[in-house]
Amino acid sequence: MAVTDSARTVTYGDDVRRTSLLFRVNALFLRHEWIRGYTLLSPTLLVMIMLMCLPVFMLVTYSFWTQNYLDIDRTFTLANYEAFFQKPIYVALIMKSIRMSLFCTFTTLILAYPMAYFIAFKVKSNKLVWLILITVPFWTSYLLRVFAWKVILGYNGVVNSGLISIGVIDEPLQFLLYNPTAVVLTLAHAWAAFAILPIYVSLEKIDRSYLEAATDLGDTPSERFWRVTWPLSLPGVIAAGLLVFIPTVADYVTPRLVGGTTGIMIGNIIQSQFGKANNWPLGAALSVIVMLMIAFLVIVFIVTTTRGRARSA
Amino acid sequence: MARDDYISMRNTSKHFGSVRAVDDVTFDIGEGEFFSLLGASGCGKTTLLRMLAGFEQPTLGNIFLDGQPQAGVPPHHRPVNMVFQNYAIFPHLNVNRNIAYGMRKSGLSKAEIDRRVDEMLDLIKLPGYGARGAHQLSGGQRQRVALARALIKQPKVLLLDEPLGALDKKLREQMQLELRALQRDVGITFVFVTHDQEEAMTMSDRIAVMSLGKVLQIDSPARLYEVPKVKEVADFIGTVNLFEGAIRGREGDSTIVDTEGLGTVRSTASGAEAPEAGPITVAIRPEKFQLTFSQPESTGNMVTGTMQAAAYLGDRSHYYVTVDGRETPIAVAAQNSERQLSVLGQHHERVWLTWTDDSALLLTA
Repeated sequence: MAVTDSARTVTYGDDVRRTSLLFRVNALFLRHEWIRGYTLLSPTLLVMIMLMCLPVFMLVTYSFWTQNYLDIDRTFTLANYEAFFQKPIYVALIMKSIRMSLFCTFTTLILAYPMAYFIAFKVKSNKLVWLILITVPFWTSYLLRVFAWKVILGYNGVVNSGLISIGVIDEPLQFLLYNPTAVVLTLAHAWAAFAILPIYVSLEKIDRSYLEAATDLGDTPSERFWRVTWPLSLPGVIAAGLLVFIPTVADYVTPRLVGGTTGIMIGNIIQSQFGKANNWPLGAALSVIVMLMIAFLVIVFIVTTTRGRARSA
Repeated sequence: MARDDYISMRNTSKHFGSVRAVDDVTFDIGEGEFFSLLGASGCGKTTLLRMLAGFEQPTLGNIFLDGQPQAGVPPHHRPVNMVFQNYAIFPHLNVNRNIAYGMRKSGLSKAEIDRRVDEMLDLIKLPGYGARGAHQLSGGQRQRVALARALIKQPKVLLLDEPLGALDKKLREQMQLELRALQRDVGITFVFVTHDQEEAMTMSDRIAVMSLGKVLQIDSPARLYEVPKVKEVADFIGTVNLFEGAIRGREGDSTIVDTEGLGTVRSTASGAEAPEAGPITVAIRPEKFQLTFSQPESTGNMVTGTMQAAAYLGDRSHYYVTVDGRETPIAVAAQNSERQLSVLGQHHERVWLTWTDDSALLLTA
């Protein structure tokens, strides 16, 4: 310390500059890296606290209160959580939502992987154009995209009228719209870009000499894929899976618009508690439970995959 | 019986668009040979190696390996293995699994493969490293693992693509000797690509010097240095002084040449292919000159000039001497076989150079 101080005295011989506030702040920044770090982080941190932590805190608080027609009874109660476990419909709905979301994640990954693979390995020039093309659906609103699927899958929709006009079917197919499959299909399309990009990044990062080495050591292209490309792209696949799974579990717009009565998900129930049913505390309790369920699943998933990777490494 | 044409290039060419990366190359590599492809970057040596591995297919011509034509054979069906420039150690596998990677289709039992992996770890002097992850290895260790991973497959030919380029000088020199010893032990044909002529000369039985897709000369390190067939080879292998000249005539087995800078030169050097008459280039290596600071009593080849620069390099010193009739100074190298604490030779000091008749090499101009 003594050395740096004396050095500074030499550099900034001027006493006024040494004692000025600006100089002191600068010196503080120079000396402590963590202050610099938190300063850089502070805008984001502020937004996170304001828009995430506070609402979650409010949500948790609400879930321990009771709704009386117009006002809220603020005495602590576990009644909302008891209600959740007493009515099997809620548990069943959460399970169904998770099942549908898992299925949707799986579908998205299967659709996204070849696309990401194609851009990473087969596109030689203008990769940026391809990446931009992937984001094209996002240039229009989410709601419009869901409606577009209604137009495609509907009773008089594109698929049905197309099939009728080429004579494959005589009457419109009824099973296309208003069921869980329609929800999965729509969600998979809506979230495809979120899956393609992380997978693309992880594939792009793979050194091409690994692939040549595997071939050189006797692997056919498919063996090489499963022994080198796939394990090295796993981080991207895991990230993509989480990015799709977490938001789709509680989605309520898509099931509402294309799910019909059988495609309903937990998000729809929560939304109705905050809306028509006007029971905010119950809605809050359901939200908290869904949040905990997702957090639990994600942690289990991450722990098992990282353990598995550590073992194989 | 080791065959001399274990690997045969027959009019092999590789074109990338209008670029002829490898241009009509024909030569043989013998069984059990340590063979190097030497050349500056972009000379086609790596392309040639990749054609041997099967990553590139020749545009024209063919490659034969142990008598079998290789055109159209995919890399994973070729009895060759490669050590990559960056080693390409699989980051998601440990050392054991990296080395055993290519053994899955060998039909050997798990226990036998494990035994061979251990054998390989002993061979590359990394016993007990099997459980380490790829990221825990140093550059030299990665290089050894890459070697073991290729050698465990007992390939007919091992291809090495500048495998020592990423190592520091000391380690590189050590690995050169180890690699050479290893090659003698396992008896596998090595084809080694490098741009470092010293490296090629340290290890190789024979070297092919390449330039612009063509093979200029294939010879032993000593012959490449002492008897280069063309100017480019003389220039690429080591340092050389080139003097333009014209043949005046012959006296017995020596040729008399008039040169710019050295005056009349008598040459008895044999081996090179030079024309019988007309313009010619005389090549003399720096260390073939004897430099003296007083006029020597010599009746042979001699020239006098002024010292332009002197550099003391420890084991030897380099001098640059300007002579009349020549713009570029002559490079002279002298061994410092005796201790000396001051650099000999002042700027513009008068010096004399002498050389023997057989050190002046005649090359096509």
